[in-house]
Amino acid sequence: MRDAAPAITGLRDVADPNKVDPIHQFHINKLIDLQIGGLDFSFTNSALFMVIVVVLTGAFLVLTTSSRGLVPSRMQSVSEMAYEFVANMLRDAAGTHGMKFFPLVFSIFMFVLVANLIGLFPYFFTVTSHIIVTFALAMLVILTVVIYGFMKHGLKFLKLFVPSGVPGLLMPLVVAIEIVSFLSRPVSLSVRLFANMLAGHITLKVFAGFVVSLGAMGGIGFAGAILPLFMAVALTGLELLVAFLQAYVFAVLTCMYLNDALHPSH
Amino acid sequence: MAADHGDSEGQPGKTGGQSARDNGLENRLRQLDEKLASRRTAEQEKEAAWARNNKSGWANAVRLSSEFVAAVIVGVAIGWVLDKWAGTSPWGLIVFLLLGFAAGVVNVMRATGQMAEFGQQGGGTGDREK
Repeated sequence: MRDAAPAITGLRDVADPNKVDPIHQFHINKLIDLQIGGLDFSFTNSALFMVIVVVLTGAFLVLTTSSRGLVPSRMQSVSEMAYEFVANMLRDAAGTHGMKFFPLVFSIFMFVLVANLIGLFPYFFTVTSHIIVTFALAMLVILTVVIYGFMKHGLKFLKLFVPSGVPGLLMPLVVAIEIVSFLSRPVSLSVRLFANMLAGHITLKVFAGFVVSLGAMGGIGFAGAILPLFMAVALTGLELLVAFLQAYVFAVLTCMYLNDALHPSH
Repeated sequence: MAADHGDSEGQPGKTGGQSARDNGLENRLRQLDEKLASRRTAEQEKEAAWARNNKSGWANAVRLSSEFVAAVIVGVAIGWVLDKWAGTSPWGLIVFLLLGFAAGVVNVMRATGQMAEFGQQGGGTGDREK
């Protein structure tokens, strides 16, 4: 995000908010300029929305579970459903041993889910549509897997890269492929979430842009604008599904990767 | 736990009635447990079915293509960095680009369940013969 800022500010003169511009929503603007030791630590709109996501999630979970009724209220049962959803997911993928990673998986799931959902509001910034954010989340997961794997199993963790039943001559090649395949996991994890959010929001903006430009023509254009309007409504529903689905996929894959750290050779 | 409590009371007349009641309670608890357990598995199956059916073509396409592209990108990155460090240009890039392609195919096959996961054995052979 910080690295992407200068490149994107360079685009600003191209992207004019008054024109219909589907990329404009991804701009990063500095809200509070902050330079520490030559590094850019500015508080941007992206950082603001990350704070909003964290505060909103934390406040929701704390407030809804503070009364702790045996018979849950409506909001309390939403929190409990989120808990059970993630707990079941983690238990299925990584077994009961995996539950020690529950705080990590739950935090990631809630962060991604709330960030995706908040991004659906008009004029709101979608944090997960920037690859550096999703990549940081993916690196967090993979580094946890690698560090915990080596801590728990020592060098036996490297067995992960050595499939059994491979002829000795082919072994170096297979191991190299396995290592590249393992290293590609954080990339594919982050690219998937980022690409889904980016593509979805751009499509939504493009169709909404059709409505505006056709509507401005008046007469026939006005009638023609109804079609993209319906499309925009339908896409909003689809985006809601994608927001849930991608948070779910991210969390499921996190669980699967953590399973590798817990049981490197099944 | 309720049964232990009843035994430790040490009053014969009272324990008889209490243990009977405890037995009844235990039975009911067990039944409730069983019911909850069956419901939980049913819910999980439903969820899995939902995930299977609801995976639209678009989601699948993004999933598989990101798996493949990611491996190629990582292969190129490793090769390029290796070349920079060791000065073996262009061999590192060539070799690791090819390895990246291979790893991409492995990733896609894993994602579609045609190949065993990391560290697991077998799995893929049955499908290959079909």
